[in-house]
Amino acid sequence: MSHAVNDFVIKFANVNGTGSASANTLFAKSLFRMGLAISPKNIFPSNIQGLPTWYEVRVNGDGYTGRRDDIDIMVGMNPQSMAKDIKEVVSGGYFVYDNSKPLDLRLMRDDINFIGLPLTDICLREYDDARQRQLFKNVIYVGALAAFLNIEFDVLTKLIHDQFKAKEKLIGPNVHALELGFQYASDNFQAPWPVRVERIESSKSRILIDGNTACALGAIYAGATVAAWYPITPSTSVVDAYETYAKRLRIDPGSGEKNFAIVQAEDELSAMGMVIGANWNGARAFTATSGPGVSLMSEFLGLAYFAEIPVVLINIQRAGPSTGMPTRSQQSDILACAYASHGDTKHVLLFPSSPRECFDMTVASFDLAERLQTPVILLSDLDLGMNDWISEPFAWDDSRRYDRGKVLSAEQLESLEQPFGRYLDVEGDGICYRTYPCTHPTKGAFFTRGTSRDPYAIYTEDGSLYVENMERLNKKWETTKSYVPAPSFYADNGARYGMIYYGTTAAPAEEALDKLANTGIALDGMRIHAFPFNKEVENFIKNHEMLFVVEQNRDGQMQTLLVTECGVAPSKLKSILNYDGMPVTAHVIQEKIRNALPEIDNVLPLKSKTIKN
Amino acid sequence: MSYIRPKIRHPETPINDIGYTRKNYEGSLSTLCAGCGHDSISAAIVQACFELNIEPHKVAKLSGIGCSSKTPTYFLGNSHGFNSVHGRMPSVATGANMANRDMIYIGVSGDGDTASIGMGQFAHVVRRNLNMLYLVENNGCYGLTKGQDSATSDFESISKKGVPNPFEAIDLCGIALQLGATMVARSFSGDKEQLVPLIKAALCHEGFAFIDVMSPCVTFNNNKGSTKSYEYVRDHIETLGVVDFVPMKDEITTHYKPGSSQEVTLHDGSVVRLQKLDEDYDPHDRRAALDKLKESQEQGKELTGLLYLDPDSKELHELLGTTQRPLRSLTEEDLCPGVNVLEKINLSFQ
Repeated sequence: MSHAVNDFVIKFANVNGTGSASANTLFAKSLFRMGLAISPKNIFPSNIQGLPTWYEVRVNGDGYTGRRDDIDIMVGMNPQSMAKDIKEVVSGGYFVYDNSKPLDLRLMRDDINFIGLPLTDICLREYDDARQRQLFKNVIYVGALAAFLNIEFDVLTKLIHDQFKAKEKLIGPNVHALELGFQYASDNFQAPWPVRVERIESSKSRILIDGNTACALGAIYAGATVAAWYPITPSTSVVDAYETYAKRLRIDPGSGEKNFAIVQAEDELSAMGMVIGANWNGARAFTATSGPGVSLMSEFLGLAYFAEIPVVLINIQRAGPSTGMPTRSQQSDILACAYASHGDTKHVLLFPSSPRECFDMTVASFDLAERLQTPVILLSDLDLGMNDWISEPFAWDDSRRYDRGKVLSAEQLESLEQPFGRYLDVEGDGICYRTYPCTHPTKGAFFTRGTSRDPYAIYTEDGSLYVENMERLNKKWETTKSYVPAPSFYADNGARYGMIYYGTTAAPAEEALDKLANTGIALDGMRIHAFPFNKEVENFIKNHEMLFVVEQNRDGQMQTLLVTECGVAPSKLKSILNYDGMPVTAHVIQEKIRNALPEIDNVLPLKSKTIKN
Repeated sequence: MSYIRPKIRHPETPINDIGYTRKNYEGSLSTLCAGCGHDSISAAIVQACFELNIEPHKVAKLSGIGCSSKTPTYFLGNSHGFNSVHGRMPSVATGANMANRDMIYIGVSGDGDTASIGMGQFAHVVRRNLNMLYLVENNGCYGLTKGQDSATSDFESISKKGVPNPFEAIDLCGIALQLGATMVARSFSGDKEQLVPLIKAALCHEGFAFIDVMSPCVTFNNNKGSTKSYEYVRDHIETLGVVDFVPMKDEITTHYKPGSSQEVTLHDGSVVRLQKLDEDYDPHDRRAALDKLKESQEQGKELTGLLYLDPDSKELHELLGTTQRPLRSLTEEDLCPGVNVLEKINLSFQ
């Protein structure tokens, strides 16, 4: 293990439902306030109480926020998983445990440090109440870690004050518990350890927040008034957070009434139907779901595509197929979302890779959906959605106006020289004018349907009119490319090979790019922000001999999409995949690329010959 | 049915209080089979809206898929319509209603669209007491796919193919009552006198108003042995009484002998008056309505009329506590908390 300052991974093994989450968050947040880059990951079971749960925090002084998988310190509080937890610690690392009962000698290793804290004994002595004994055990080990890792004690107490602002009588006992741990660790062990933290001063302002809360805030700021949803992990907290903030920020000051409506639907089909109905009638509406929900929403997504109704769908991806691993992360709904529904359909996708982007892209989704009159799917995932990430703070410009797209008012209908045609491509960009119901007594009414229709929304089975409409939808798709966000380039220095990635793969991919460059392998890097792909994406591919597409699914779904949509030879895009449900690490990406390189070099002479001929 | 509808109207064509003729409430020509019960229902909707002085553009017509779901094209041509997907009209109607509580929502569905593929959504839109008229054009069969039995087809009713239905029928009125619908009625497409006032009451009711209309399929389910044929329905109808709908502005002039009629005042002040054939029947009593339905069923009768009406109904917007203003009319000023608030939010995550 690296006995480095500001560079380690600590993992907490707990039992689900014992109150460990808030103590572990306290620990992580204290490091964040000391200016360190942290990337906490909750590894939790699909269970309410009793099963093992882990909280893993990577601490890094260089600002890398991707996951790293060598565990330097394990806080093993769960006897159920202890054998496995001990095995996971790297040689030279630390295993912190409750030694109120002696440890099973068979579990001992002589290459790691066992740090026993009599947590149960301390709690029995200090507290009478059973629940308190359980809860404070967690806070006590955080106090001990403060001593071991050199965490500034003031930072911890300040956090306790912030956390219990509304319940002041809890402040004292919590601070006391921290002190108990700190004291025991200082009195009985050499502290701090060589592995420890030191404050990093930085002028950059940062926030620590999960992506789902950021999406919810985006929906609030974008003016979404209707949320229709069905509970599903890991997307539930999007609507929960929307409700929390709506209750705070969207209550009419005069009447006390709500300027929003949240409907918990009977299933995802219904949730999507409600979103379509509300958007059709002129409100900004959204839903949040995960893979199984997308499957159920597919029929309706086809309707929204074909009838041209705005939809905002926030998909917090989890490991599929089917129920898959509902509490693990993946990027495996790319194709299911890009082409959701039967018939020829294509949907706009956005790929955030930080909470700030979750916020910005959620806001953008509403503008795009209304401008383009089509579903926009924000593809986040469990890792981004449910874990805390260090992010740039949110920003807003008060002069910003919502783009409600091409909607005719009563006055505009009055002054139309031609009859109103809902599917008439007046401006040649494939986007037609729509009207909200109840706009004008005699003008602008039309029939919305999932069946084929002529430019005036009249039902037709005329094949040529059908084709005209489908071609217009394709024209709209071309227009879309100029509206969706362009890719960003981590490096574009004319290297032979490039790397393509998106969403939560960005942090480890960029770390891998840096580390590969340090060992003499320089790759250019592009992060995709949206589908359809704009010209910059195609050019980046064109300008490199070979590209690695790094993603977290089995089948290389983004690679398939790039091949299909950009007309790239499949052999030019090499998939680097990791899909075990845990966020991919820079190490895995580096190793897979390193292993793939000689293979490429072997085929290159042949290829360049072909090109020369 | 294809014929050209004459464009000229008689100069003495009646005009309603807001200056519209019936023509302003009509839609495009029906493409259903000649004699289809559904066309009579469309005509009843036209008449009800005309008589209620509803501005057509303030109505949204929604449907699912099937013969019944085609009909919103055939009435209220100046209203926006939405022919959604099979069995999913309730969710689209719910969303539309959430966006603008000031409009009138008419959902038209069929027995397949409601009692089979749409059963889940139907159940939940009833529970939510969405402010809408939900009208099922019930013919006991699937017309567009050529006459398969539907879930409302009665046990042992014989289809055109001559096969008795081996399954129990779903009684949509019974289900609506059990799930808490705040207005439940059953009628017959051939009985305009009864149907029009029921539709008017439903349109004025604040909450979920369900009307199950027996609407025979002349092509696939009008044969001997079918319990959904014109002849069978006419012969077996049992009505709870005549329903009068008296708008708020009108004075009640007719009088009935005590005990024979019951009046229900709606939110908007209109009165629904039931001239009862059964003096003991109380349309405020949900359990009695269920009993009466069961009793008629056992006697092989088709019970029609106003089964249940709750004048104190609280519709979904009230239950959720949403603003009185249509949500869709709110602007950036109402909705966006602005940069100062966002900076405070940022601070809370530092």
